[in-house]
Parts: sequence; C-alpha cells; structure tokens
Amino acid sequence: MSTFDPVLLFFLLGLAAGLLRSELRLPAAVYELVSMLLLLSIGLKGGIELGKQPFGNLALQALAVMAMGTLLPLVAFPVLRFMGRFPRADAASIAAHYGSVSVATYAVATAYFASRQIEFEAHMPFLLAVLEIPAILVGIVLARGFSRDMRIGAIAHEALLGKGIVLLVGGLVIGWAAGAEGLTPMKPLFFDLFKGILALFLLEMGLITAAQFGSLRRYGLFLLLFGIGMPLFSSVVGIALGYGLGLSLGGTAMLAILAASASYIAVPAAMRISVPEANPTLSLAVSLGVTFPFNVIIGIPLYHAMAAKVFALTGG
Amino acid sequence: MNSSMRKLLTIITEAALESVLAKDLEHLGPHGYTITDARGKGSRGTRNAAWGESSNIRIEVVCDAATAEAIASHLQITYYKNYAMILFMSDVSVLRPEKF
Repeated sequence: MSTFDPVLLFFLLGLAAGLLRSELRLPAAVYELVSMLLLLSIGLKGGIELGKQPFGNLALQALAVMAMGTLLPLVAFPVLRFMGRFPRADAASIAAHYGSVSVATYAVATAYFASRQIEFEAHMPFLLAVLEIPAILVGIVLARGFSRDMRIGAIAHEALLGKGIVLLVGGLVIGWAAGAEGLTPMKPLFFDLFKGILALFLLEMGLITAAQFGSLRRYGLFLLLFGIGMPLFSSVVGIALGYGLGLSLGGTAMLAILAASASYIAVPAAMRISVPEANPTLSLAVSLGVTFPFNVIIGIPLYHAMAAKVFALTGG
Repeated sequence: MNSSMRKLLTIITEAALESVLAKDLEHLGPHGYTITDARGKGSRGTRNAAWGESSNIRIEVVCDAATAEAIASHLQITYYKNYAMILFMSDVSVLRPEKF
C-alpha cells in the first residue's frame, strides 16, 4: 500500500459506507469545524511564505491565475451547452464549478507531495484563494449576460465573503503577520494534526460523494465523460501556465491540480443565489461525484507525472 | 388570561436562502421571526443536513393575517419556481398581541 496515501483510505471508507447505506455520519458541526481547521491551516502555511516573496512576482502570478480562472469556464461552457445540450443556466453553473478550485483536492495534494518529499512553492494557498473568485463572476455573466439588474454588490459579497474565502484569506493574513515564529505555539493544532483532520474530513467527503452517485446515474454518460475530460484539459492548461511562470516542478504540478479541481463549496453557494434556475444537483453530482474522486485517486499522481514529463523534455 | 389570535407562518426551505429571506422579512413587516435548522425529505430529495449544501431551515413568523398573506404571496412569486420551499399557515393564540 506504499503508493496509496492512508488519508485516501479514509475517503474510500466513507465512500463504501455511503454506498452501503451505513448509518455513519459526521455531525454537521464537526464537519464545519474540520473544514475550518483545514482552511485555516492551509492559509496559515501559505501566509508564512507570502512575506518572503517579492511583491511584483506575486502580482504577476495572481493575474495569470485569474486569467486562467476566467478562461476555464469559457472553455467548459460551450462544451456543456452545445455538446451536452444543457440549458444555459445549468451549463453556466457547471462551467463556473470547473473554473474554481477545490480546497479539499489541494489538501490531499499537499499530503501526497509531503509524503514523497516533493517541494513546491509554499505560497500556493495564495494562488488558491485568487483562483476561487473569477469563475463565479464568469459563471454569473454566462448565465445572465451583462444585465443592468445584476446586483453587483450582492454578488461581490457572495463571492468575496463566503466562509471559505474568509478563512483562507484570514489564515494567509495571520500567517503573513505572525510569521513562522509567532505561530509556533499553534503548531500542534494547525500543522501537526493536519493529516488526522484531513482524514476525518475525507471520511465525510466519501459519504457526501456517495450521495451524489444516485443523481449521477440519472444524468448519464455525458456528465461522467465531462467530469473526467475537463480536469484533464484543465491540468494541461495549469502545467503550461506553471511552466510559463517559471514555477518549480512541484509548483507546476500543484497549479495543474488547482486548475483541474472543481469547486463544491464557494461556487454552489454563490450560484444558488445568483443563478437560481440552475439545478444544483447536476453540478454537485459531476464535481463531487466524478471529478473529486478522479482527482484525488488518479489525477494527483497523473498531473505530477505529466509535469515531470514536460520538465524532462524541456530540460527544465 | 386574555389571548388574541394571530397567524403562525412556517416556511421550510434551503439553508442557502437564509440571509436573503431574512432581508425580505425585514421589508415585509413582521416584528420578528425564528430560524431553526431542519432536515427531512420531499419532492426534491433527502435533505439530511450533513453539510451546508444539503441543509434546510425552518422559519417561523407570528404576525397578523394581512402580513402573513403578504409574506406568503411574495415567497410564492419569488422562490417557488427554483427553490425547494414549502409554506403553511395556522392560527395561534398569543398572550401579548402588541408584540406581534
């Protein structure tokens, strides 16, 4: 089992328990706490590194990542609309999910990289936070067009002040302000326990994923293919961007993983309010039922191998 | 004990709507409302409250009949089409009518 990270076994346990209709369930408050801890510790870890980076460098990377977050839903939308024959609102909503990121996938990737001693740019959580936002706005525009009654204030509030973003950015700021030294007293909770917390979180993710399979069966083959094809395409874009920005091999692979992952917290919440006619079951079934398990089990090692290939071919 | 009659309006809907509905209620005039977490099953599937996207809320409003009608028709027009929502009304007696 050396190639298989034990945290993934917790995911599979949750998945199996869910499929077998076990009574198992993480209390909602525990799930909230566990996801808060994950978001904060990812933010803190990134924040510590943020201070060490030159500002110009960060700004350039943030802009590039924002452009990627805008581009990906624009690619996904026509595929869903014209090949998948989805109504406009559904196509826009699913496209937005795929332009944004999944923090859970990122967390699994950090565990994978850590156990293989693969180095990557430690300020990656900053890019993670940046990548969450643009796809939400693109999704709303794709569904609605630029209309005058778009309540910009409400949408911005929804996109920027979702609890995921607040915790992630909050963690980044605290980590940046306190530095590694200042955070030492909190290390046992936020950093040492990371894998255990991730394991609990993935157990619940397995249960949630299993719950999506029913609706997935109803919507059929196209969503299944899209849920695997889209992250593969996005990972290539991510690798190209990481390579172009001059990131390390680990950083490039991580950017590919971020690009390939699909949101299931920030985007669904925003879409539910801003594009109410989009069916939330559809987008969650594909992002949680297909793409999340595909990414954590097959995608992460695959994207890393693809990035390694590119670096080997170009001698980078 | 002198009691008087008011309407109890109960709304069961998606937790995602909580802040939007709270804002709507402010405009529609009831003096207060109570929100609790809920779970259950209906025409839009099981809502087991295991995580944010699948949780429900129950909103209870005690108010006069006119306000209750106004809230009900506003919700019906605005949310029934796209959201999982049910709404029902009953008569309740209250002890301090000036509060409602």
